[in-house]
Amino acid sequence: MKKIMVALAGQPNVGKSSLVNAVSNARLKVGNFSGVTVDKTEVEFVYRDSRRDADYEIHIIDLPGAYSLTEYTIEEKVTKQFLRNDDYDIIVNVVDATNLQRNLLLTTQLMETGRKMIVVLNMMDEAEEEGIEIDAGQLSRILGVPVIKASAARGEGVNALKEAIVDVYEKPQTTAKVIYSDAIEEEIARIVAFFEEKHYQSPIPYRQLAVRLLQEDTDWYKQMHDEPIWIELLPVLREGLEHIYLHHDTKDLDAIFADEHFAFAKGAKMEVMALHSMRARNPTQKIDKLLINKFLGIPLFLFFMWALFQLTFTLGAVPMDWIDAGFSWLGEQAHAVLGDGVLGQVVSDGIIAGVGAVVMFLPNIVILFLGIALLETTGYMARVAFLLDGFFHKFGLHGKSFIPLVTGFGCTVPAYMAARTLKNERERLITLFILGFMSCGARLPIYVLFAGAFFGQEHAGNILFLIYISGALLGLVMAKALKTFVFKGEEEPFVMEMPRYRWPSWRLIWHTVYGQALSYLKKAGTFILAASILVWFASNYPKSETVAATYAAKIEHAVTSEAKERLRNEAISAQLEQSYLGRIGKATEPFFVPLGFDWRMSVALEAGLAAKEVVVSTLGVLYAQGESADETNGGLIEALRSSIPLPAAIAFIVFVMIYLPCFAASAVFTREAGGWKYLVYLFAFTTSTAWMLSFVAYHVTRMITGG
Amino acid sequence: MVLSELHKGDTAEIIRLNADKMLRDRLASFGILPGEHVVIRECSLARQTIEVEVGATAIALRKDEADKIEVSSD
Repeated sequence: MKKIMVALAGQPNVGKSSLVNAVSNARLKVGNFSGVTVDKTEVEFVYRDSRRDADYEIHIIDLPGAYSLTEYTIEEKVTKQFLRNDDYDIIVNVVDATNLQRNLLLTTQLMETGRKMIVVLNMMDEAEEEGIEIDAGQLSRILGVPVIKASAARGEGVNALKEAIVDVYEKPQTTAKVIYSDAIEEEIARIVAFFEEKHYQSPIPYRQLAVRLLQEDTDWYKQMHDEPIWIELLPVLREGLEHIYLHHDTKDLDAIFADEHFAFAKGAKMEVMALHSMRARNPTQKIDKLLINKFLGIPLFLFFMWALFQLTFTLGAVPMDWIDAGFSWLGEQAHAVLGDGVLGQVVSDGIIAGVGAVVMFLPNIVILFLGIALLETTGYMARVAFLLDGFFHKFGLHGKSFIPLVTGFGCTVPAYMAARTLKNERERLITLFILGFMSCGARLPIYVLFAGAFFGQEHAGNILFLIYISGALLGLVMAKALKTFVFKGEEEPFVMEMPRYRWPSWRLIWHTVYGQALSYLKKAGTFILAASILVWFASNYPKSETVAATYAAKIEHAVTSEAKERLRNEAISAQLEQSYLGRIGKATEPFFVPLGFDWRMSVALEAGLAAKEVVVSTLGVLYAQGESADETNGGLIEALRSSIPLPAAIAFIVFVMIYLPCFAASAVFTREAGGWKYLVYLFAFTTSTAWMLSFVAYHVTRMITGG
Repeated sequence: MVLSELHKGDTAEIIRLNADKMLRDRLASFGILPGEHVVIRECSLARQTIEVEVGATAIALRKDEADKIEVSSD
């Protein structure tokens, strides 16, 4: 069976993914292009060509959307490199029939690669509704490649495409031909004639080689440089270029060929397209009158966001409770089956609790990503960027940064993933680095506990508000600082398409959300699982027999059940104190002493690296209030108030606001940022910021209170 | 005059791009080239971002980029 590798290329928002879905029902393989966080979607299926009575294994690689083969975005870079270096047989160029001219710009560039090619006129149904008529046969004659009318949404043209893939595959060479202006065509003819005269053995057709040389393609110059023909070719080329410069009144070849491509695309469109009716082209402009209105745009957007977060965190809470209950039950069963020994504890408190903590986030992630996928596929995301860019740009961020930043107040894990919507590497990294400053939901119990304990219930609300607002402001200031000192350099321009509003394809959204959920479970899951077992181990081992024995005896002798309970808590506390985690806490105490923290607070902070929820329960254990202590526990509030001075408490809050988010988030951050070194940077960045600001908070409060 | 000086609803012809290669490539890939006509569709509140239409494409630009596009009002 013959194997055909197809590279699917096209501009963004032309319905490439829908076409892949329409062509094959096979499951999509989603991976990454090596070294970058750009999704690589592949699909393979067997096609039986009844005309040839043969089977073909067709393998389609969906390349990232690119407006042109320049290197403006990561997507364009990936696409350009793939088309140049990778192994494939045919380019299928998907074109938006409702925007023919701009799409044909990329088509001309693809034709210049010299590969076999097919053009698919997608969204023909929409084009016809708008009164656009395209003569596909004429376009095919102009371009020299097969042109197929299709509508991925309706599944039209899919079979014709499959047949064309096989036909083109069986052809020896591409017939694509870009026609340039007379000045350039003349020079091409002159160089081709020279090659013919010399009977030069060229690996690619003469015409193509001539174009490459006139475009000053570095690779081909290198190659030709070693050929004996070079010495005679040089004057021909030089003269040719001089003529072209003279004719175009510039020596900038990029600009010359950009003009040529544009002229070709425009010319082709004029010849093949007719606009029949002047019916209002589409509802996009009407919708935009409202959605990007100067005054209504932002309130409307805030409303959509509010609705999305309500859904994410209230609707998501329901399955989260089920998951929590399910895993608790599973843990109890494990205890029951395996006993209370080491094995039972590892499985129940280590593995099951760890996996549970990962799966818990799944409902949030699914709902939020459903929302974001909707924003992206309908075209609204570009409007969000339009509305908010003016403000966020001042801080080195992008209008789209808003969505991950706001998500961060709920949970940092999906927030890191949401930053994918940012296409510019630098803006994405800045956003990732400051996301932790948006205090996530899991930190709330810590704030509630401390605010309640030290400022009284009546002020707690104000203090909470202050904490959240100052975190967000700090994030913006830090973004500006990162932009100025770390991610500096030439600013990249902001030129973005505002795509038409389109109804989303539910199948496509399902694929996106499913893929993201799966990749979260797979990658974050394995890491977090290992980490939570490690933390469980560190907080439980080594077990001191003497401590256990002493307390067992004491409990034996205690009279009241209250005293017994208190002693049990003390026993847990004493065990934790001499566990690895306790020892680490004690060893790192000097680091925290300038901030006024004792070893207990240090241990709580370090345990909080695993999950912020753990901070309160650890404090509960260490202040001997039992493991079930929560932020509303009166005993714990009392214990904290009596043993922690106010300046240290404030410094603690500041530290919690700023330092590294939980393991799950760190694992996701590492993946999204693109490597472990970024996690090291993030750790250094957040820890040093947290330490310094806590130090300031501690000493300022001491000065004010005179303590 | 430059593109950023225009107001909502104005149309203009592009005269010249005073941009470096990267920006010029980007603009060209959207069809923003000398000789083409643009319509201003919307400006954001602080006029930091503007939306223009070229051909069948709507494009958002920052003021910084719009400053680099020389136009003559139609």
